Amino acid sequence: MGFGFLHRHRNTTPYLLLAPGLLFLGVFFLVPLGYLAYQALQSGNIDFGYQFTWAWSNFSDAVRGYGGQFERSFAYAGIATALALLVSYPVAYWIAFRGGRWKNLLLLCIVAPFFVTYLIRTLAWETILADHGLVVRTLTDIHILSPGGRLLATGTAVVAGITYNFLPFMALPLYVSLEQIDPTLIEAAEDLYASKWRAFFRVTFPLSLPGVVGGTLLTFIPAAGDFINAQLLGSPTNHMIGNVINSKYNELIDYPAAAAMSFILMAIIVALVLMYARAVGSEKLTG
Amino acid sequence: MTDRISRRVFLRRAAASGSILTVPGLLAACGGGGGGGGGGGGTTEAHKLAKTLHFSNWTLYIDVKNHGHPSLDQFQKKYGVHVDYREDINDNASFFSKIEPDLARGQSTGRDIIVMTDNSRYPALLVKKGWVEKLDKSAIPNIKNLVPQQRNPSWDPGREHSLPWQSGFTGIGWNEKLTNPVTSMGDLLGNKKLKGKVGLLTEFSDTLALVMAYNGDDPSKITDKTFNKAISVIQRSVNAGQVRQFYGNDYASALSNGDLVATMAWSGDIVQLQADNSHLKWQLPNDGGDIWTDNMLIPKGGDVYTASVYMNFVYDPKIAAEIEDYVNYVCPVLGAKEALVKQDPAIAKNPLIFPTKQELDNAHTIDPTALNNEKYQTTWQNLISA
Repeated sequence: MGFGFLHRHRNTTPYLLLAPGLLFLGVFFLVPLGYLAYQALQSGNIDFGYQFTWAWSNFSDAVRGYGGQFERSFAYAGIATALALLVSYPVAYWIAFRGGRWKNLLLLCIVAPFFVTYLIRTLAWETILADHGLVVRTLTDIHILSPGGRLLATGTAVVAGITYNFLPFMALPLYVSLEQIDPTLIEAAEDLYASKWRAFFRVTFPLSLPGVVGGTLLTFIPAAGDFINAQLLGSPTNHMIGNVINSKYNELIDYPAAAAMSFILMAIIVALVLMYARAVGSEKLTG
Repeated sequence: MTDRISRRVFLRRAAASGSILTVPGLLAACGGGGGGGGGGGGTTEAHKLAKTLHFSNWTLYIDVKNHGHPSLDQFQKKYGVHVDYREDINDNASFFSKIEPDLARGQSTGRDIIVMTDNSRYPALLVKKGWVEKLDKSAIPNIKNLVPQQRNPSWDPGREHSLPWQSGFTGIGWNEKLTNPVTSMGDLLGNKKLKGKVGLLTEFSDTLALVMAYNGDDPSKITDKTFNKAISVIQRSVNAGQVRQFYGNDYASALSNGDLVATMAWSGDIVQLQADNSHLKWQLPNDGGDIWTDNMLIPKGGDVYTASVYMNFVYDPKIAAEIEDYVNYVCPVLGAKEALVKQDPAIAKNPLIFPTKQELDNAHTIDPTALNNEKYQTTWQNLISA
């Protein structure tokens, strides 16, 4: 019966197949997004409740009042993404080309920290970077930190925390794209008198670009909205836009302001991603 | 950590009278008062005790022994009600936001008793919105033991919805191994030697009251001018990198492990932390501190009868004294002092539990109208989170 039905309604088949996904998107993405938009245009306060009043001022207030936090969020997320790429690429490369029969175990090592919850992982960094901890003492001894200097409650600690927490999102896509590269292509480049470095930059790296693009997006997007790292590892001067949204939503119970800021954050991220996709070519997104 | 605290408490109590070993006797002694209240019940559905009492409280706020809580064990023994005791309140604002969605939807929060501070806007807001249940006073005959000055707070006249858990002071705590005594907010906010090692509290009232007192302004009558002055003093210190972070109850671990050298702190906490780190000191700032009361409330949907029976239980002076001996806050229960002194004579000299007139004179209460001033609240939240 099913086949007959599909045969008779050939044009509707793609839509039927898409239906579960579309339904999911509609219920769990579009509806909440619409509600968020509705909230973002409300005004009032927790005592008397909020009313929908087309309060566009929520958006202008957010930009005027919290421009610094927006900038800081993207700066921290950008630095952390670059660091994660620098750290992950050699690791992923090595696992993909030299891992041999240890590949799976090595990948497991990258994913292993994820078996612990995000919050606990970040709290662990609070201990690692503590003022009287080993890291600070060592860095002070080798004169990288001045005596009495600290790591915890600084921007450095926040960026380090973000880099660490999102590292697997970078490393895994990189590994997948590197692993798919046919080694004979690199051998061919070397046969044609390319040096190791030249072969890497002309063959390996371009072929791994889908992984680079995927990894940077998967790292940058959540990192820009993160607030846990800034809250636990930073000081009040390191707070990101996520902290402000969290405090608006959870401390002040000012839902309209929080919703407006979430929208602005989302809009900026979408704009940045589009620019990025244009710059590297959108086919790299899909490989 | 709790092991060491409990050993200290155990030794102290054992040395005082050995009363710890006579818990059954103690129960028998106070059985009259508590049992009387509950005795009338049992006929209607409303007067049935629940199997479990869900109690949310702040950290460092109840007696501890061997990872358990003796006063809660006694409650279970006497009434057969297990207390699910959760230390999930770190500061008033974030706890309120945790329960607000449930309350706004008219759903139970899964809690029978919560504890919120009267120097925040939330207890008044909960009462005003009808988000807390009325106490079952027929189950709380011991309410007669409430100290008279606490019987009629402006936000809950006649204590229809609330009973004090503890009162306490906000002052400055410091680690004497790492710094000279820090006895004024000026020192805390300005002393270069403390840079980056200073904690302030996320609580609007606590931090503002202390800074305003330091500015020579009156925290009980806040004007735009005095408010803005206090905010700019704090902002300057934050911008200079003096302030490491704004804390809820979590300042305790940062102070214990040395990440903080000096911090705004609540009176009884430091005494409890001293068991772990004897170098910790606490005092009201010379320019004046802050006094507040934490209140037990029954959020909508909580089990009123069981919660009321528990409140009656802790308003028994002997039980109150046992909790007091551990928490070192100001007890709202009449007769607890006598019970406590009998149990542990040295403690009568403890000004944290039995404040002197001088200390009370030096402690301010915050202007309640400022708590509901949206502009002030937003300015404050921006300062601590941005």
